Amino acid sequence: MSARKKLSTFFSRYAVVIIFVIITLIAIPPSGLSIKYILQEIITRLGRNSFLVLALLLPIYAGMGLNFGMTLGAMAGQVGLIFAVNYGISNWQGLVFALLVGLPISVLLGYVCGLVMNRAKGREMVTGYILAFFINGIYQFFVMYMLGSVIPMGNKSIVLSRGYGIRNTLNLESVRQSLDNIVMLRVGGFSIPLVTFIVIALLCVFVVWFKKTKLGQDMRAVGQDMAVAEAAGIPVEKTRIVAIIISTVLACAGQIIFLQNMGNLATYNAHDQTGFFAVAAILVGGASVTHASIANVFLGVTLLHAMFVVSPLAGQKLFGSAMIGEYFRQFIGYGVIAISLVLYAWRTRKAAAEARLSLRGAQNGPGKGNGKPAVGNGGQA
Amino acid sequence: MANGSSLLSIEHVSKDFYGNVVLHDVSFDLHEGEILGLVGENGAGKTTLMHILFGMPVIMETGGFQGSIKIGGTEVHFSSPFDALDAGLGMVHQEFSLIPGFTTTENIVLNRESMRASILNDVFGDRMSVLQRDRMRERAQKAIGKLGVDLNPDMLVSEMPVGHKQFTEIAREIDREQTRILILDEPTAVLTESEAEMLLQTLKRLASEGIAIIFISHRLQEVLAIANRIVVLRDGHAVKDTPNENISMRDIASWMVGRSLGESGQRSEARGFAESLFKVRHLWVDMPGETVRDVSFDVHRGEIFGIGGLAGQGKLGIPNGIMGLFPAGGEVVLDGKTVPLNDPAKALAMGMAFVSEDRRGVGLLLDESLEWNIAFTAIQVHGQYLKKIFGLFSQRDEKAMEDLCAEYVKLLDIKCTSTKQKAKELSGGNQQKVCLAKAFAIKPQLMFVSEPTRGIDVGAKKLVLDTLHHYNRDFGTTIVMVSSELEELRSICDRIAIVDEGRIAGILPPTADISEFGLLMSGAAMEEAVNA
Repeated sequence: MSARKKLSTFFSRYAVVIIFVIITLIAIPPSGLSIKYILQEIITRLGRNSFLVLALLLPIYAGMGLNFGMTLGAMAGQVGLIFAVNYGISNWQGLVFALLVGLPISVLLGYVCGLVMNRAKGREMVTGYILAFFINGIYQFFVMYMLGSVIPMGNKSIVLSRGYGIRNTLNLESVRQSLDNIVMLRVGGFSIPLVTFIVIALLCVFVVWFKKTKLGQDMRAVGQDMAVAEAAGIPVEKTRIVAIIISTVLACAGQIIFLQNMGNLATYNAHDQTGFFAVAAILVGGASVTHASIANVFLGVTLLHAMFVVSPLAGQKLFGSAMIGEYFRQFIGYGVIAISLVLYAWRTRKAAAEARLSLRGAQNGPGKGNGKPAVGNGGQA
Repeated sequence: MANGSSLLSIEHVSKDFYGNVVLHDVSFDLHEGEILGLVGENGAGKTTLMHILFGMPVIMETGGFQGSIKIGGTEVHFSSPFDALDAGLGMVHQEFSLIPGFTTTENIVLNRESMRASILNDVFGDRMSVLQRDRMRERAQKAIGKLGVDLNPDMLVSEMPVGHKQFTEIAREIDREQTRILILDEPTAVLTESEAEMLLQTLKRLASEGIAIIFISHRLQEVLAIANRIVVLRDGHAVKDTPNENISMRDIASWMVGRSLGESGQRSEARGFAESLFKVRHLWVDMPGETVRDVSFDVHRGEIFGIGGLAGQGKLGIPNGIMGLFPAGGEVVLDGKTVPLNDPAKALAMGMAFVSEDRRGVGLLLDESLEWNIAFTAIQVHGQYLKKIFGLFSQRDEKAMEDLCAEYVKLLDIKCTSTKQKAKELSGGNQQKVCLAKAFAIKPQLMFVSEPTRGIDVGAKKLVLDTLHHYNRDFGTTIVMVSSELEELRSICDRIAIVDEGRIAGILPPTADISEFGLLMSGAAMEEAVNA
């Protein structure tokens, strides 16, 4: 009985991971891709995406759910890159410059995001999602009208022919893979961007260390019970804002790493799905709205991207259309998020019901009508 | 044990909320190493007194209080609970104030963790300090040691038995070095018998080390077991302040509830009932805050059956569970037919009606007319007040609804401008009459009335009670009335059941002595109350 219960808990906890492993394994043979190719792709994509996904961890610790507002940080990173290209700063120096420009912007955006979320406690996810749309409007305005007009752009090749606004697609040739290529390790036919992985490892070390700090402890406390934390004197709102600021700054750096690997920037919509794919990845890795670990991040990126690599070709082979695979990618991404949220809500409700159940049967004190109908002896005197 | 020096003095404290007096000139002292039992019914002012002691913002926001509070002889003014903590007051709440995913240690030292500065402190401030886990663990063990109980410092709170959670909370207050006064609000309410016993031992031990304790509990035997002195609050007055010597539970119970021992109000004439109408066996109801654990009772046809008890003990859960508003189980039989639980529509269709304590939430459609409100249940359940058009569609029969409403407005004397007036525009008392009318309109066999006089003025109270009385006598409607107001129950009920901790503690006639009721509410054994 208890073993069966444990098993069912395991399945409900890791349902998403299990579904994903199965689908990916089924899709590998029809895709016709070699295992070596798939592994190389996964290594590349781990370097490209892990940092962004790691940015989601702190808000989860702080009980703010999946931070769809990380898109704000991604936009800040893109603004940084646009300026780096404009001033012709190339190689890793260009990335550092982009980060320096993006940093204050993302701190500011993170602060605003935190303030808004503090006014929408319990609905942080949808708030972040919509806030990203709103800030996107400001970003579009800034990049489309301000750059080149109010803020002069020296590099005319990135400006639209009308004289202001940035072109639709920005070539990032000057900084392309400049982080990955500082040391490109070649082991057994695999190319491993060593410095990128070192940066990611450093971030992991930071996250682990951060959990041991007072602020990290406070964040966990706030994440589990705001009222109790508040009563203990922990500055709840401030702690939540800090969590979002750190997440936004990390998303800014993550987007810069992502784009240097891609090599070009779709100026107006590169950030559209940043939050969406990062959230899908961490959920695929077995995280939930309230629980996540570094292991979830790497497992999630590996599984999600293995799927992304094989699904277009599998779609082509099986249905004669690569678009099926492309469609599948979207479908799976949103499906994963939906399943995770539903499972989470279901588990929360079940846990609450169980807690009340235990309260009901908690005690059987002597003399308190233990089942005997307590009738008679009154009334009809 | 008390040794002269007064640690905490409460002097002439009075408090009113917008003219409604909740505390009136309350004074008492607390000495070092003393355990003071503070008892009183709901609404006696215990909570407000604690709010004042702890400088809760709600007190200031509602105009402060009169009188003074002295700690160690000097008057104190707390503007927030944190000031009170700094001054050496510790509070253990009725609800656990613990972080579920934290260990015992982490909870004991919550927000007072031992830390070591890190390199980032200079840039980002003290909160970047690293926690010293071993040091935290030592402190937790020391605090646990003081309690003299066996607590695992590394266990997660979410996996603990309830008793351990309570001890963790106390350990947290003990870990605070300046804590000299410990206040416990119903600390044994959720504990098992043996856990409660252990807790009492622990408190005695703490008191012997010089900590003064205010022990608030409705379980009088516990108060008698450990208190050195007992203060009884009733209607905002400290009616009794006595050393715990030669007093019985019965004494305390009558001090607590005995507001009108001499002039007991009207009582129903004793009536005999032959036939049983309604039978409840082993009912449990999962209503948050009003859990019903195991309740069995019978109601006779034509009777008014009262259910009383303190707040949070489960009396409200009984009608809510039977009517299907909260998950419930057990056996409920009405007139020989089993009532399906968890299905409000069936419960209504079987001829039961429910006037909810949550008037504005469950009872009324606030934005709709009185006609709608009164006819609503009848339309839904019995398909009344509808007319067919072309034999296909049903349409509301506005005329019939208006007539129905007008009838009840007249019958119950509902004060309104017209039957079209919106329910939210009526006063509380008149809203309650609308709720009653709604229940009467389906001509129920059995009617549950929950807290019918809550939040309405004295005149309206009497009208509501008279209405119930009148319907019972003239139409034979059987009524189950749930109320926190004992006097009200005693004025119209034929029998009164007292609910304690989710179970029926006993059933008494309204003529029973008030102290009997008090005893039942105080967790006293049923047998004792009957024999006494």
